[in-house]
Amino acid sequence: MTVAEASVQTRSRAFPRLVRSIARSPTACVGFGLIFLHVLLALAAPLLSPYDPIANDAMATLSNPTGAHPLGTDALGRDILSRTLYGGQYALVVSLVATTLAVLLGSIIAGIAAFKGGIVDDVITRVLDSVLAVPAILALLVVITIFGSGPQIIILAVVIVFTGGVTRIVRAAVMDVLPNDYITAARARGEGMFSILVREVFPNVLDIILVEFAMRASWVMLLISSLSFLGFGANPPTPDWGLMVAENRNLLSIAPWATLAPIVALATLIVGLNLAADGLSKSLGVDRMKDVLG
Amino acid sequence: MRAAWSIFTVLLSTVLVFTAIQSLPGDTASRILGQNATPEAVATVRLQLGLDEPALSRFLSWLGGAAHGDFGTSLVSGRSVGEEVGGALVNTLLLASITIAIGVTIALVLGMVSGLMRDKKPDVIISTLALIGMSIPEFVVATLLVLVFSIYIPLFPAVVLAGQEATIAELLPSVWLPAAALICVLSAYVIRMMRTSVIDVAESEYVRTAVLKGNSTARIVFKHVLPSAMPPTLNVIAMNIAWLIGGVVVVESIFNYPGIGTLMIRSVQTQDLPTILLITVLSAFTFVICNLLADLGAFMLNPRLRYPRSAV
Repeated sequence: MTVAEASVQTRSRAFPRLVRSIARSPTACVGFGLIFLHVLLALAAPLLSPYDPIANDAMATLSNPTGAHPLGTDALGRDILSRTLYGGQYALVVSLVATTLAVLLGSIIAGIAAFKGGIVDDVITRVLDSVLAVPAILALLVVITIFGSGPQIIILAVVIVFTGGVTRIVRAAVMDVLPNDYITAARARGEGMFSILVREVFPNVLDIILVEFAMRASWVMLLISSLSFLGFGANPPTPDWGLMVAENRNLLSIAPWATLAPIVALATLIVGLNLAADGLSKSLGVDRMKDVLG
Repeated sequence: MRAAWSIFTVLLSTVLVFTAIQSLPGDTASRILGQNATPEAVATVRLQLGLDEPALSRFLSWLGGAAHGDFGTSLVSGRSVGEEVGGALVNTLLLASITIAIGVTIALVLGMVSGLMRDKKPDVIISTLALIGMSIPEFVVATLLVLVFSIYIPLFPAVVLAGQEATIAELLPSVWLPAAALICVLSAYVIRMMRTSVIDVAESEYVRTAVLKGNSTARIVFKHVLPSAMPPTLNVIAMNIAWLIGGVVVVESIFNYPGIGTLMIRSVQTQDLPTILLITVLSAFTFVICNLLADLGAFMLNPRLRYPRSAV
């Protein structure tokens, strides 16, 4: 826990330290660069796109890449470049919000479980273990069938599925921090559970939570695009990468770019997320595998 | 003690799914009969299916039946759920065993090579490929495989035409593409874990001692590195196998493969509670068994764990 102890002394300078450690790692730089590029493209999509992403053009269906349509058009004559540029918005927003909520909720539950210990801890751990034992896709499909398939529902479903895993890892980290003297001192001062968790515990497991966030974000991204692909995520005609692959994959041999463009976009974003998570865990000294396996 | 907790975990996840599906909107009886059904007919079917009883007593009677191997009848097809899920399970097991046999072997070898040749060319190539494999969703891998091996080079069928009743011989030609898609995803994680633990072990003092004693490379790798590098990897493999049995949904549905995943999507769409419940029990059970097996494997590879006190 040398990293955690170091971070408590320099808490006020934690953010610049984090930026510096990311800048030192080439992996993390490439990763964050890719993510930044994707966020930028998604935000600037209305300025960059040559066409309206949902406008049909019956005169130019399934066209090959031309000057007018740099990546060609799909079966409804929609411009592939525009759809690909817009396609990141849904997945980015939904997975960002869902991951943030899951990590926040998971950390809070983990903090309470580890702090209270005893029967509270046992009950929380057992219930979350049983949630983990249900396959993620089945759980997601059940939640979506119950509540319908809006973005809010997808977010709820992801939170239900991923909170358990986050809790498991953060709980182990909190358990490591709790025996420290400064926690005992805080208890002796008569601080309450929430004040101890917020002021003493969480700042010292922040590195683990950050790595957890980056790691989960890439999984959530994968899952959400898979859901869209299966027809449970974004609804047509929303431009979304998973949905675009599903719509166009039967026409692969005629208009390959309609399928390949969203695939390339999705893959680069998730490679970026994974590289960022890798780089972050290395520069923060968090060995995630060891945390998982105890 | 561990086994008792495992059974409890399986039971609890069944309860969770049962409760969740209970709260589904829509009525199974009216769905079976279609839109033109008379209220009387709907009431009769509800009575036949026991849908009017309170949820708790239905759950208990289901549990009682399950203890005797009777998992109820499918609300949609009217066939026995055990039969229907069993058929799909055999197909998924075929897919899964091919995936595991090939995928784990490839992954262990690649992971070891990568770890032993850290930062050299083979390691860079393997690690990059593993990262890409981790970052590409299964549906993308599957789509690309179809593009290359069904359209450009027509070697394998793009979809499985055989239905739920297909024999293994009928399925065998079409199992390879779905298996390849799953192998890409499965091996990526195993390669990364194997690489990390091989590197950890190779830096340890006893391996350095073995090197300094002048042992042959093969002896060092098989006697010293492998046994210590395996247990954490076993854990990742176990988690991946559990995921494979429960969650091959995407790949199966792309290839229309008649396994558990396809059945799962269909029964969620039709709210076929008994089928969903059995699939849940099966996947929770697999999850628990895989974890137990991984622990057992770790015990066999690490004698110290057999005597917990001396390990500390």
